[in-house]
Amino acid sequence: MQFRTKAIHVGNARDPQTGAVVPPIHVASTYVQPGAGEWGEFDYSRSGNPTRKNLETTLAALEAGTGALAYASGMAAIHGAMMLLESGDHVVAGSDIYGGAYRLLHKICNRSGVTTTLAPSSDLGALEAAITPQTKMLWIESPGNPQMSISDIAACAEIAKRHHLLLGVDSTFATPVLTRPLELGADIVMHSATKYLGGHSDVLGGALVVNDKSLYDRLYFVQNATGAVLGPFESFLVSRGLKTLELRVREQCRTAQKIAEFLDADPRVSRVLYPGLPNHPGHEIAARQMDGGFGAMLSFEVNGDFAATKKVAESTRLFQLAVSLGAVESLIEQPASMSHASYDRDARLAHGIRDELIRLSIGLEAFEDLRDDLDQALGA
Amino acid sequence: MNDPNRVPLDVSDLGFSTSSVQAGEARQKPESAITDPIFCASTYTFTDTASVIRYIEENEEREEYGRYGNPGEKIAEKKLAALEGGEDAVLYSSGMAAIVGLLMAKLNAGDEVIFFDECYHRSREFCSKHLARFGVVTRQVKACDYDAMEKAINKNTKMLVSESPTNPHLSVVDLEKFAAIGKKHGVETLIDATLATPYNVRPLEYGVDYVLHSATKYLAGHNDLLAGVIIGSKAQLESVRKLRGIMGGINSPHNIYLLLRGLKTFSLRMERHNQNGQAIAEFLESHPKVEKVYYPGLPSHKYFDIAKQTMRGFGGLITFLVKDADWRKTADVIDAVKIPRIAPSLGGVESLIEQPLVMSYYQLAPEERAKFGIYDNMIRMACGIEDAEDLIADLKQALDSI
Repeated sequence: MQFRTKAIHVGNARDPQTGAVVPPIHVASTYVQPGAGEWGEFDYSRSGNPTRKNLETTLAALEAGTGALAYASGMAAIHGAMMLLESGDHVVAGSDIYGGAYRLLHKICNRSGVTTTLAPSSDLGALEAAITPQTKMLWIESPGNPQMSISDIAACAEIAKRHHLLLGVDSTFATPVLTRPLELGADIVMHSATKYLGGHSDVLGGALVVNDKSLYDRLYFVQNATGAVLGPFESFLVSRGLKTLELRVREQCRTAQKIAEFLDADPRVSRVLYPGLPNHPGHEIAARQMDGGFGAMLSFEVNGDFAATKKVAESTRLFQLAVSLGAVESLIEQPASMSHASYDRDARLAHGIRDELIRLSIGLEAFEDLRDDLDQALGA
Repeated sequence: MNDPNRVPLDVSDLGFSTSSVQAGEARQKPESAITDPIFCASTYTFTDTASVIRYIEENEEREEYGRYGNPGEKIAEKKLAALEGGEDAVLYSSGMAAIVGLLMAKLNAGDEVIFFDECYHRSREFCSKHLARFGVVTRQVKACDYDAMEKAINKNTKMLVSESPTNPHLSVVDLEKFAAIGKKHGVETLIDATLATPYNVRPLEYGVDYVLHSATKYLAGHNDLLAGVIIGSKAQLESVRKLRGIMGGINSPHNIYLLLRGLKTFSLRMERHNQNGQAIAEFLESHPKVEKVYYPGLPSHKYFDIAKQTMRGFGGLITFLVKDADWRKTADVIDAVKIPRIAPSLGGVESLIEQPLVMSYYQLAPEERAKFGIYDNMIRMACGIEDAEDLIADLKQALDSI
């Protein structure tokens, strides 16, 4: 069965009691048991919920995994993965990982004696050099944010195997439509389901998907013990979003490619960062690793200073000024004043986040309309 | 209200997918949220007596009581009106509530309504059995027989009604001709365009007065809510909206939210439904066990020429006859498919399949069914947005199994 058919049918069996073509939303917090000490499939909604389980079944199928867990947010999912670690363990994380993951590792996990070293995951030598005898996990993101840096997941998986580490991949930007990290040797794939999986800017959610049963059991134990599960309504909305995931992502990729080419040819733009452009450093790996599209996130640098860039970001009519990404509505933001404003300027520059950088999340609007909007904003 | 961020974007010269995502929505929403909140309130408060009086005397635009409307409903109506190229839209709790709402508002005792006979049988039943109790006369003429329709018009005729395409025969109405008959005789016209959707054809552009949709189908698109809508001019819909406030068939805030969410991917889904419909219709036509395929995108279809002239694509609904099969053998095909589910309805992401004889006409005698063109070996398939290759392989194995 092909991807899109799976997204619609796996985990969405007809309701056996009523025949409903869409499974019901199970809101019950608890379940009546057949007898004292005899347990049915579901006992208490934190431990398992039919609506959440349907979503997890679909996600596992789409990521070519055997088990998935849905969390209350992307951060809850990352935290769930990091709780596999113990005091004294060490993590090597990509230097361009999401700021929230950075904060979790450096401000929360450190309190339990888990240490972290950052290394550029697009530089395999540097990544491997950061590994110590205490290292237990590699955590990478591809494409990375906001430079759309590409990591070679299969090569990272080889490094992880060689050193007996778990490889976790935050695949939020790629989605299983374009890249399935488990097929490339990763152990854990993570998603902020808030983004493309939900796809409509109306759910917060996170997910982990794995292939290994014992790894699933360990993650499930943590999730059940700590409780950051996804609610039934949100599970339903993510499941509903998944049904159009492939259509949305492919269309958004096509539009993003054309927008990247338009910006690349515009003299008011000094640089475009999009893996679909041959001049992007990760283009070759992306072409191999991403199936038929390069994602719908792109960044570009305006020929101008901080204020001129801010003006561009504030002048669009269709692109809305907001952080987050991956939904039907196109969004625009200036990392220096928004998503990365909490870093001081030198730290931003060290990560390649210049004042004139703008990040776009391409939605489902028509290409011509988005192009015209950027054109007028650049001229504003 | 003059703040450009608080009023919906003018989408009149923007693309269809842009309209699907952005039409009807204020750029700046409550709490600056990117999506509109779901207002569940049954009633809306006034700050003081003076504000109540101002609302009544100045006809101020605001909410009052949930039966008269809610904020989400207004957004959905604006989006639907924009997509259909109409001035106004009135949203209902189902497609049937919508047509009933329109006809009840427009027809009085002694008035007559004329249907093309392939219209949804529940719509015709409402008129012939229930409106009849209030003295409204219903006449039916053969679908797409414009002369017969014109001949049936008399001084009491107030409304001409058709579906386009019709269900399950997929007959396509010449909308220009249909609207012209109405204009010539001063009779209003209604097209149920549920199967076409505004992605494929916009009847108002041909001079039709009202467009009806069961928004349950393609517009919402996920088989998880019921909704209906009438679109037309503000002046013509004023009495319709007022009556809805009295009859109470308004949709609920949660449903409306799901409808709005579904509309965001409407353009994208329709493109895929059209592609799947065409590919599967062509496959079926080439299969030796298929006797006939009804699909407006096939050159063999009776209405191919008019469909090609007026429609951008032909939707996901296909009807076909299984060769040399009785009703049981036809049922075997349906029971052998693995991907489409056996269910009535259409227009959702999941493919559905049914045998009209069993699903909708089981109680009728064979000669009655034949009158409606419902044959024992007829199958109706509503293509979803799964991969066409998967659906074709599934239909192939089912047909080959008999």
